[in-house]
Amino acid sequence: MAGPVQSIERAAAILRLLAGGPRRLGLGEVAASLGLAKGTAHGILRTLQHVDFVEQDAATGKYQLGAALLHLGTSYLDVNELRSRSINWADALAARSGEAVRLGTPLEGKVLVVHHVFRPDDTLQTLDVGSLLPLHASSLGKVLLAFGAAPLEAALEAGLETYTRHTLTTAEQLGRALTEIRELGWAAEIQEMSMGEAGLASPIRGLGGLVVGAIGLSGPVERICDGQGRPRPSLITLLREAARAISRDLGAARW
Amino acid sequence: MVERYVMSIDQGTNSTRCILFDHQGRLVTVAQREHQQHFPRPGWVEHDALEIWRNLRRVVPEALSDGGVAADEVAAIGIANQRETTVLWDRRTGTPVGRAIVWQDTRTAPLVDDLRERPGDEFFLERCGLPPSTYFSALRIRWLFDHDDGLRQRAQDGEVLFGTIESWLIWNLTGGADGGLHITDPTNASRTMLMNIRTLTWDTELLDFFGVPRPMLPEIRSSAETYGEARTLLPGVRITAALGDQQAALFGQTCFSPGEAKCTYGTGSFLLLNTGNEMVRSRHGLLTTVAYKIDDQPTVYALEGSIAVTGSLVQWFRDRLGLISSAPEIETLARTVEDNGGCYIVPAFSGLFAPRWRSDARGVIVGLTSYITSGHLARAVLEATGWQTREVVDAMNADSSVPLKELKVDGGMTADNLLMQFVADVLGVPVVRPMVAETVSLGAAYAAGLAAGYWSDLEVLRRNWHRAAQWLPDMDSAHREEEYDNWQRAVERSLGWIRPPGSR
Repeated sequence: MAGPVQSIERAAAILRLLAGGPRRLGLGEVAASLGLAKGTAHGILRTLQHVDFVEQDAATGKYQLGAALLHLGTSYLDVNELRSRSINWADALAARSGEAVRLGTPLEGKVLVVHHVFRPDDTLQTLDVGSLLPLHASSLGKVLLAFGAAPLEAALEAGLETYTRHTLTTAEQLGRALTEIRELGWAAEIQEMSMGEAGLASPIRGLGGLVVGAIGLSGPVERICDGQGRPRPSLITLLREAARAISRDLGAARW
Repeated sequence: MVERYVMSIDQGTNSTRCILFDHQGRLVTVAQREHQQHFPRPGWVEHDALEIWRNLRRVVPEALSDGGVAADEVAAIGIANQRETTVLWDRRTGTPVGRAIVWQDTRTAPLVDDLRERPGDEFFLERCGLPPSTYFSALRIRWLFDHDDGLRQRAQDGEVLFGTIESWLIWNLTGGADGGLHITDPTNASRTMLMNIRTLTWDTELLDFFGVPRPMLPEIRSSAETYGEARTLLPGVRITAALGDQQAALFGQTCFSPGEAKCTYGTGSFLLLNTGNEMVRSRHGLLTTVAYKIDDQPTVYALEGSIAVTGSLVQWFRDRLGLISSAPEIETLARTVEDNGGCYIVPAFSGLFAPRWRSDARGVIVGLTSYITSGHLARAVLEATGWQTREVVDAMNADSSVPLKELKVDGGMTADNLLMQFVADVLGVPVVRPMVAETVSLGAAYAAGLAAGYWSDLEVLRRNWHRAAQWLPDMDSAHREEEYDNWQRAVERSLGWIRPPGSR
C-alpha cells in the first residue's frame, strides 16, 4: 500500500490551522506556521479555494474556512443550477436519440427528477419535474447507487419493492447489477419499473469526479433495446457523450 | 471537405457565444465568455467594444476545438447581437470612441422628455415606428455629439463610424481598418430611430433631426444574404446573416407565419409577434419593428413588447444583494416559501419599457413587513417577470384581433420551472419551450444557413422545431386577478419617481 500523500496531509494541516483561530490568516502566516515555502502553501490554498473549502477575503487577501465545509454532508450543487447547466446537452440528447430525457438527483431514499425534456415527437406529454422514482428500479437511481451518490444501505433497509417480475428485489441481485454498472459506466433498467418500458442512465460528475446526479433516457422497450433485448449501442454512445459534456461543464476534469 | 455545420455568434448583453449547429438544427458545441458591465454612474451602462471583440476571438476557436470541427467544415457564419447598443469607432485605427453605450443606459432621459414634448411621438412613430425612449441608438449618438466637441465633424468627414454591435463585429471580421465591411441589417437598423420603417433606408428627415451625418452610417443590407468572407478568425468562410437578437429568436422559434409569437427570457425579456408583410401600428404601447428580410423577399414585420429588466433583476439579486451565489439558485430560495408574503418588486431600473414607456419610473419594493424573508423577495423577483409578461400580452391581445393561445418561450430563464409555471398561471395559456433553448443563436444560424443554401427553405426549418417542455395554467382565476391588481398598484408606486431637473 502506498504511503500518505504529502499534499493532502498539508492541506489537512492548513484547514486545522484556519479552524483553530478566530481571525483570517495571510499567506505568510500560514506558510510560517506550518514551515512551508510560500509557493507550496499558496498552491494548496488555491486548490482548497477552488473546491470552496477555503475563502479569501477580497480586500485583505487573507484566508478563512469556506462555507462549503459546514455543509459537507449536503449536496454542493444546487439542483436548479444542475438543470440550468445541463439544459443544452439534455435538449441535444433528446433531439438526437428521439427519446425523453430526465435528470435525477438523490432525495431521501428516492430519485428526484430535476429536469425533463419531452420525447421530440410533439405528442402530448406531461412535465414530471419534482416527481420521485425508486432508486433500485430506475436507471437514474441505479447510477446514483452505483457511484455512491445515494447510500445503498438505506435503500436496502427500506426494502426493495417489487414493481414487475423484472425488478431487482434482493441485495445480491442489486449488488451484482451495481458492480456491473460501475464497470460499464452506465446503467440500464429494462421493464423493472413498468412492463414495456426501459431506460438508460449515465453519471454526471462534478469537481474531482464526484457524482452529483444522473442523466437518462427512457421509452418503450423495443426502442431502447435491440432485437436481442440489449440496450442499443448508439443510444448508449449519445447518452455518455451528453453526460461527459455536462460533467466537463461542471468542472470534472477527466470525463 | 463537406460543410457540415453553421456557426452562430450571439453577442449578448452579458456574454459572447459561439455555437455550431448541424443540419437538424441541433446544438453541437458551445463556447462562451462574459464581458464586464461598467456602471460609471446611476443609470449608465457601458461595454468595452474591444473586450467584446477579444472575447469573440477566443470563443470561435474554442467552439471549433471543443467540437473537433475544422474551419472548412463551417458552411456560413450568422450573427445575432444585443440591439441598440451604440459603438462609435475610428475608421483608420479601429479604436472605439469611448465605451459602447448599452441599450439599458438611461443617460438620454432628459432628451427623451424634450422630444416627446416637441416634435412629439407622432413625428417619430410615423417614420421609424418607435416613440422616443432612452432605449434607441439615435439619442445616444446625439448625446455623444453633445459631449465631445469635434466628434460630429469627424463623423461628417467619415473618420468616425457608427454601428450597433453586429456592424462592429462584421467590420472587424472582414478586415477592420483594412477595408472592413461597414454594414447592418434592417432588424438592427429598425432600432436606431434613424431608419424609415417602410422603405428600410436611412430617413433623411430623422438624420437631419438628430444631426447624424450620413457618412458615419453603415449600409443597410438584408438580414440574410452573403455579405462577404471573413478575413480573420475563419478566413474564407462566408458571413451570411445578421439579426438583432430578439428577431433572431423569433426566427429560431420558426415563427414564420403572421400570428406566431415568442418570448425570450434573458437580461430583459422580449415578446415578438409576427405580423407578416403588414406593418401594424400599436395603440397599446408596443413597438413596430422589422422581423427579418431574407435576400430580396418582401419585408416581414413584427410587433414587439420589450421588458427591460427580468434576468438582470436576478443578477442584481445575486451580485448586488448577494442573497444567492448563482442565478438558478433563485428558484431554490423562492421554493423555501409558499408565496410572495405580500411583497412585490417592480424592477424599473431603466424606467419602464412596454407597454408603459415611463422613463420617470424607478424600482420599488412594496409590501415589506417584518414577516418578509429572502425567500419572499426571491418569489417577488421571479413574479416580476411573470407580471411584466402579462402586461405585454394584454397589450398584444388588445392590438390584435386574435388573442394569444399559447406562448413559445426560450432563453436562459426557461430553465426555471417555478417561473415558467408562474408565467403560465398569470397568462392563463400554456407556455411551451422548444428543444433548443438557445433560439437566438439558432435563429442566426438558420438565417445564415438559408442564405448559404445549407437549408433549402423555411419548411425544412419548421420541421426541426420540437416541444421540449410545456407548463399548463394552474391558478385560481380570482386569485390571479387579485395578485394582478396588487402588481398594478405596485407599478403605480414606481411611476414619477424621477423628477425633471429644477422641478422641486
